[in-house]
Amino acid sequence: MSGLRVLVPIKRVIDYAVKPRVNRAQTAVETANVKHSMNPFDELSIEEAIRLRERKVPIQEIVAFSAGPTKSQDILRTAMAMGADRSIHVVVEEKDPQLEPLGVAKLLKKVVEEQKSDLVILGKQSIDDDASQTGQMLAGLLGWPQATQASKVDISDKTVTVTKEVDGGVETVKANLPMIITTDLRLNEPRYASLPNIMKAKKKPLEKKTLKDYGLDEQPRLKTVKVTEPPPRKGGVKVDDVDGMISKLKELGAL
Amino acid sequence: MTAINRTLRHQVITIYKELLYLGREYPLGYDYYRTRLHKAFASQQHLTDEKKIKEGIERAEYVKKEIEALYYLKRYRALRQRYDKV
Repeated sequence: MSGLRVLVPIKRVIDYAVKPRVNRAQTAVETANVKHSMNPFDELSIEEAIRLRERKVPIQEIVAFSAGPTKSQDILRTAMAMGADRSIHVVVEEKDPQLEPLGVAKLLKKVVEEQKSDLVILGKQSIDDDASQTGQMLAGLLGWPQATQASKVDISDKTVTVTKEVDGGVETVKANLPMIITTDLRLNEPRYASLPNIMKAKKKPLEKKTLKDYGLDEQPRLKTVKVTEPPPRKGGVKVDDVDGMISKLKELGAL
Repeated sequence: MTAINRTLRHQVITIYKELLYLGREYPLGYDYYRTRLHKAFASQQHLTDEKKIKEGIERAEYVKKEIEALYYLKRYRALRQRYDKV
């Protein structure tokens, strides 16, 4: 059996430590001059691909992929510093119509076909849109089995066993390759992309493409009506006695 | 300067640079981090004994691992707070 070809799609998002601000027109979140980094769930997927290779699963190639503005190259470099072999960048500038999960899934389908990937490891969701749809849609478009919210992945020969996190416990599923996996928080501990590795990653190949190269011209199907910040938490109140509490509860409609 | 001294010197500078690089994301700010890192290295500059210098480099490696772990935990906890706590 020749080695597996793993595709790891990643996304550049606002850093998890930054508090997002809504723009004045209430149409989107302010992204200019805000620190960006790789989506944390995508770091888990890169790490898992590398760990599979370190566990002597025959992996021929780990390809990182991202669609986004020019700066997405930075996170692709980070991915390659962590251990991906090469990367593909589909340039979607900020002024262009933005991709939605379905658009990304369609694009990924083309990439999977082009790269002849056998395994796609995605983050379960991005921390900016929180849609949690891309992996599932891609599995649907390709007609491949999928395991979402993985907390453990085992590959032996052609069979993949994945432990998934579900409400109140775990679920173990088994499927044959090719397959889609989306990662959950407890899958692994992503390594830090060290300075020397980032320097070395600059020598790894990074391919630049456009949506047209894949024959896609995705127009947005969704319209953002309004973006608002969550209401600030209101402080509690003290009640004097039981009667006061009951009347308060009635006021809130809890009784 | 002897050959062994030169390699040690190189190692010290490399680990210093790596630690500096790590400091860019330090929660208390880069300036806080950099001054302290600089002080820590400067306080050891009198070392001439080869064994002592090697011990120092080992300690620096240890600190590097600790900082990486700190970043990982900080992010893990933030994400768990947001996505996992029901």
